Amino acid sequence: MTLVYAGVCSHAPGITGRAQRADPALREPFYASFRQMGEEIRAQQPDALIVVAAEHFANFFMDNMPAYCMGMAEDYEGPIEDEQWLGIERRRIPGNAELANRLIERMLHDVDLAYAQEWKFDHGVMVPLHFLTPAYDVPVIPININCQGPPITPLHRAYEFGRTLRKACDAVDERIAVVGTGGLSHWPATPDSGKINETWDRTFLDRWLANDREALTSYSDEATYFDAGQGGFEIRTFIAVAGAAEGSTGELYYYAPIPIFAVGCTIARMHL
Amino acid sequence: MSLYTVQKLLYQLNRDRSVQQRYKDDFAALLEDYDLTGEERHALAAPDIGLLYVMGVNGQLLMHYAALCGFEWDQYISAMREGLAEHGSVRAGLYAATDDRGAVS
Repeated sequence: MTLVYAGVCSHAPGITGRAQRADPALREPFYASFRQMGEEIRAQQPDALIVVAAEHFANFFMDNMPAYCMGMAEDYEGPIEDEQWLGIERRRIPGNAELANRLIERMLHDVDLAYAQEWKFDHGVMVPLHFLTPAYDVPVIPININCQGPPITPLHRAYEFGRTLRKACDAVDERIAVVGTGGLSHWPATPDSGKINETWDRTFLDRWLANDREALTSYSDEATYFDAGQGGFEIRTFIAVAGAAEGSTGELYYYAPIPIFAVGCTIARMHL
Repeated sequence: MSLYTVQKLLYQLNRDRSVQQRYKDDFAALLEDYDLTGEERHALAAPDIGLLYVMGVNGQLLMHYAALCGFEWDQYISAMREGLAEHGSVRAGLYAATDDRGAVS
């Protein structure tokens, strides 16, 4: 069939784990937009939801770190974190190993993609699923882009990765939704947690919504680290989705800094 | 390699329930399996979250170790700030504090 949905969202663990500490005037519209995205995805009746995530040393460590990896398991377990801490119960999430296998085979024509038949979801996948597929009844295929342990993939490669993903999705019969999840500017897990560069975020989002490949891939890692923190490296997930939606432009459903969530909370989609 | 070893221990502790059981049963014995300096062993065993942060332990690993050690969110943030005050700037890695002025000197 083809790619039937492409969107992006935040995934910070505070979104569920510190929910009660957020201003309800910000939290509730954010949650509503998150759930709206879920309803839109499910309305497309996808056979699989691909989550392009920026994993945080839950499965991949510096002894064997792929730049890009796709899950190829029958099912997954998550969250890896303490359930009380994250505010999400541990469970098994269905995958689709056979479909993932075909997608990986197709993508290997264009990119050296790793695969994994074991994968434990951390907050980077579980927080989005909590809102997008709360019944956990849509098969998930995870993708990890290393945004955590330098050297990390250049931005232009992330865009190309997205284009390759799109080609693979369009080459199979199944209906596939893709969601990229990451922070924009943020300094998570530092004493500056809660610091957010809203101006930088909004500029990036303007570029993403316009699907301006050149502008999206023009950031140097040095500038991103200075302006957007180490968490800003996760823009690779957004850029990959822009690549998957090349030729389309987007719509912003929600953006607001919510400091106790440690990120500028974002929900946006591409109109394919 | 030593910071790498500290982080590998925390990576395995965060994701592997059998390692978590060993942590609960006999953390000192678990630490013996890793080639650590005295300072690293002390920081992990205390636990001294602030010192681990200053050593350069990746924040995503340290955040979960702090939670495992029973640190509430605000305690965890405070522990990192106290670590900076006591031990100086973050020595390695990406998780340096900024406060718009780079790592604390």
